[in-house]
Amino acid sequence: MRTDRLKLAANLTRPLLALVAAFALTTLALLSTGVSPLEAYRLVLFGAFSTPVRLSDMIMLAAPLLLCAVGLSITFAGGLYNLGVEGQMIAGAIAAMVPLRLWPDWPPLLLWLLAGLSGAAGGALWALLIGALRRYANVSEIFAGLGMNFLASGLALYMVLGPWRRQTSASLSGTDLLPRDLWLPTIDRLRLAPAAPVIALLALAIVWWALTKTRWGLEVRAVGLNPAAAGRLGVAAFRRMAETLAACGALAGIAGMLQVVAVHHALIPNISSGIGLLGLLVALLARADPRWLLPIAVAFASFTVGSIQLPLTLGIDSAIAGVLQGALVLFALVARARVR
Amino acid sequence: MDQLWIDLAAVLAAASPLVIAAMGETLSERAGVINLSLDGTMLLAAMTGFAVALTTGNLLLGFAAAALVGAAVAAVLGLFSLTLGQSQTAVGFVLALLCTDLSSFLGAPFVRVPGPAVPFTPIPVLADVPVVGTLFFRHDPVIYASFLIIPATAYLLYGTRLGLIVRALGERPAAVYARGVDVTRWRYALLIAGGALVGIAGAAFSLDLKQGWSYRHTFGAGWIVLAIVIFGGWRPWRVALGCYLFAALEIVATRSQSALPNIPTQIVQVAPFVLMIFVLALVNLASSPAAMRRVATLPQIWQRPLLGAINRLRATAPAALGQPFERP
Amino acid sequence: MHIAVENLTKRFGPVCANDRLTVSFAAGQIHGVLGENGAGKSTLMKLLSGYIQPDEGRIVFNDAPRRLRGPGDALAAGVGMVQQEPLDIPAFTVLENLLCAAPPGVFRSRRAAQTALLELAGRLGFPVDPAARLDQLTIGQRQQVEIMRLLLCGAQVLILDEPTTGITAAQARALFAALRQIAAEGRTVLFVSHKLEEVAELCHTVTVLRNGHVVPPGQLPMPQPQEYLLSLMFGESGAAPPIYRPLPAIDAPPVWELRHVTARSGALHLVDLNHRFAAGRIIGLAGLDGSGQQVLLRLLAGQQAPDHGQVLVNGRDLTGAGSIAFRQAGVEYLPADRLHDGMIGALSLADHFALLQRNGLLVDRRRAEELARQAIAEYQIKATPVTPIASLSGGNQQRAMLALIPSTARGILAEQPTRGLDVASARAIWSRLQARRDDGCCIIFSSPDLDEIMEYSDEVIVCFAGRIGPPIPRALLSASRLAELIGGVGFDALVDVVR
Repeated sequence: MRTDRLKLAANLTRPLLALVAAFALTTLALLSTGVSPLEAYRLVLFGAFSTPVRLSDMIMLAAPLLLCAVGLSITFAGGLYNLGVEGQMIAGAIAAMVPLRLWPDWPPLLLWLLAGLSGAAGGALWALLIGALRRYANVSEIFAGLGMNFLASGLALYMVLGPWRRQTSASLSGTDLLPRDLWLPTIDRLRLAPAAPVIALLALAIVWWALTKTRWGLEVRAVGLNPAAAGRLGVAAFRRMAETLAACGALAGIAGMLQVVAVHHALIPNISSGIGLLGLLVALLARADPRWLLPIAVAFASFTVGSIQLPLTLGIDSAIAGVLQGALVLFALVARARVR
Repeated sequence: MDQLWIDLAAVLAAASPLVIAAMGETLSERAGVINLSLDGTMLLAAMTGFAVALTTGNLLLGFAAAALVGAAVAAVLGLFSLTLGQSQTAVGFVLALLCTDLSSFLGAPFVRVPGPAVPFTPIPVLADVPVVGTLFFRHDPVIYASFLIIPATAYLLYGTRLGLIVRALGERPAAVYARGVDVTRWRYALLIAGGALVGIAGAAFSLDLKQGWSYRHTFGAGWIVLAIVIFGGWRPWRVALGCYLFAALEIVATRSQSALPNIPTQIVQVAPFVLMIFVLALVNLASSPAAMRRVATLPQIWQRPLLGAINRLRATAPAALGQPFERP
Repeated sequence: MHIAVENLTKRFGPVCANDRLTVSFAAGQIHGVLGENGAGKSTLMKLLSGYIQPDEGRIVFNDAPRRLRGPGDALAAGVGMVQQEPLDIPAFTVLENLLCAAPPGVFRSRRAAQTALLELAGRLGFPVDPAARLDQLTIGQRQQVEIMRLLLCGAQVLILDEPTTGITAAQARALFAALRQIAAEGRTVLFVSHKLEEVAELCHTVTVLRNGHVVPPGQLPMPQPQEYLLSLMFGESGAAPPIYRPLPAIDAPPVWELRHVTARSGALHLVDLNHRFAAGRIIGLAGLDGSGQQVLLRLLAGQQAPDHGQVLVNGRDLTGAGSIAFRQAGVEYLPADRLHDGMIGALSLADHFALLQRNGLLVDRRRAEELARQAIAEYQIKATPVTPIASLSGGNQQRAMLALIPSTARGILAEQPTRGLDVASARAIWSRLQARRDDGCCIIFSSPDLDEIMEYSDEVIVCFAGRIGPPIPRALLSASRLAELIGGVGFDALVDVVR
């Protein structure tokens, strides 16, 4: 009984300590700039909820973030560090642009569907290339992913400045905007396209179900824990690995598609804007447990959106949101360490 | 012809931060620890080094501060992975992002502020020797240091008793433990020493190669260095060669700009990294068992040179790289 | 150096591996330490060489009590241990390995180290090339290198743990000669073994361990009657003599058939293998580590495709089909490292049964748990259906691995099936495997332990330097002949006779 209670106490204190440590580090950084930490925290933590516009911005960031994190929780379950998620998002965005530019006169609903499919396919293909590099050329998925990220951003730049450049003159700020009727419909006067969060939540539900209830999910987890033993028990280990990568790439690709049709309404060079890497942090913190993905994705998105006001209001850089997010994940990792 | 030597000298100079960081990473990976935080560490160190040198007016203090930052980040990585048993990859990755954002946040007041820089110091007499002088003796102290650190690392690893221990730590820590060496303490030492070098490399950007500070100042150099260390097979001279090849590619890419005006600069800039991964993949493909079997079916005359070339190119990672050590 | 232990006690959980041991070993002699697997020999040696620390009691070197915090302390005090797989650095040359972390002041230079090494090698009769890489050497050669390293680093006491496992007969003879020389120079040698003949041949004294105790208390001078030592090792009952069973006639199609198979793995080259492995028998693969047993097992499991030739399972050509196809054809492979490649430590037995389900979109958890409960009852596994496999003991893990073999399996490939198990667990595993054999399975196993091969095989196949011998009926083979064959003595004649 006593040990049980002690264990419970330890289970509660560890995450709490991690939280305190993360905020301590962030506060230290804030203090060094001379602004009031309380004022800064008010903006970072709650700024995203202060006006409907900001709230809608937060949701529009949380949706692709959640999609990436959900995808990454699949690859984590399969034992892979998919650092290539950023590139998969870009590849998805580029692929999604193809039908939109080819047949702009088609009915929007059909085009969105096509763009979604094509974005998913583009992201999945980009991810499968990583799997191929790992399997056939023995390049770790971490570096293969980084390489594919560089390649994707190069490709996006090429498209923006080359074949898809603006009619007036090529510009780094992106392609021409899509025709208005191809923009994903938004709620009046807000930038909130309800379809985006709906798609993300749907993806979360499907992946949660697939990972915990299906035979496929069990096999993926087995491969992630021990590919050799899973193979011995009759699981097609490499196939499952490739499938997790493709699934993650497809979800990241859909996130890229949403960036195009719901946020930027064009292809811009920085279409992924670090959302994929932030998704990695979310997935690491959630420890691939799908139940935690939604709250963490929402919290992280609100930090990022809230911090956008910092330079104007307090004259400090908005990167403090990243500091807080990174510190939370870092100390959470320690909180999980088994004391030996 | 003279232009060629000047260009080559420019390559040697441009690679200097990469070389210093790559030697640091080679040291810690040889001891069995992957420091994946490299990119963030370099940024944070570059920012700190610049800020300290600017406020104190002392370049040496700037470099010392940068080294300290690099060592401190490495120590945190050591604490979380070596002592607390978390995955080196996960901790390193999170540290990379965290340090990047810290550098952006803390460095905001220093963005595009003009500051001190390492002075150009050609070495008297030697600098006037044709070719050699242009190549090696018309630089600044940081670049000279980058020249010296390659043979120093190679000598440390292959010429000293200490090097034997370092390599053994990465190959078979249990054997080192059996000889009475404290594996964890030594891994800390090498990780921190390597981290300090990475920090100095960061300052080599902000105080020398790309003087000043701006948002994400080093343009992904840390990730590039991580790839180069693998590409170089964890052997100092080959790793250094990788750095110089990379710098050369970048310079060629920028130069070819005028020749190929249709292709934007930014695309050319991503090419070297992609090319590096591509070459790494090719080398690994060539040394895979399947390829070896194919080679074995070739006529004898072809086999020997081919196998020789593959063995030369093949890069075997330290056997215990990234693996936690548990006392037997 | 004279070493002694007093009331030395070491517990692992509820098991008392060493129970108040008191014994001493005089200098200048070779001391045998005898006992069956699990008797506590290894624990005692690890305590003496600092790898583990005692719970109670003390260790005394030359009448001075010592606390050893690690193997480094032990070596500094003059005790060096040669592990079964020497703890060297495979990527290093012999000389680099010698110099790595050598005590300060022992070797003044590379050249001095090389001279000292060659001088010692000459004295002990070990041929050695200081520039050779260790991963190119055999286990026997690496063992010689390790012995010389420890002596040069100042070891006055040399502990060898089952040193004749995995080395050739010639290497064993050279080893014995060297150990006699080392003892004659005044050093102490502790020779840990479960092989009576070796202890009788080599040792001046013997200490017998049983269930963590020294029986009878203290050392015995050698020689001793063999029956007496056996009764000490195994208790009054003694070892049961193995029962021979006539082999059933081969009428069914063979489980495996190799036709003109050629395969390679590293430097090892297997050429033109033609074998038929019949149902209803246990076939032991004997041979030194890396003589071809692993490659043969991989070929039969479908994990490696042959370069040429065909592999047939139950009469069907599965050449190059991959391990999953082999598995579906009824081939089951049990790796030596149970947690590394056998089972998934974080998952439970029920999860493993769920993994074996091949139909349906969803996991049938109820069915999986039911199967796990049945397996637990039938195989006497100490676990619940939901206990993670990693928290089971080695014996229970091995039983779980056996329980997971589907009843449709026709061929079982087992790599060292009783590695690291105590005697009782090993017997339980073998009775399960024998039951499978009687049901008509063909079981092929490899083991470095020749006694295990002699005791449980119906037929023995000897592997030597990549050559795979013909199956020899167990009844036609003696232990000494087998030991010669794995060292290559008479191997050619064996192959010729069968042809």
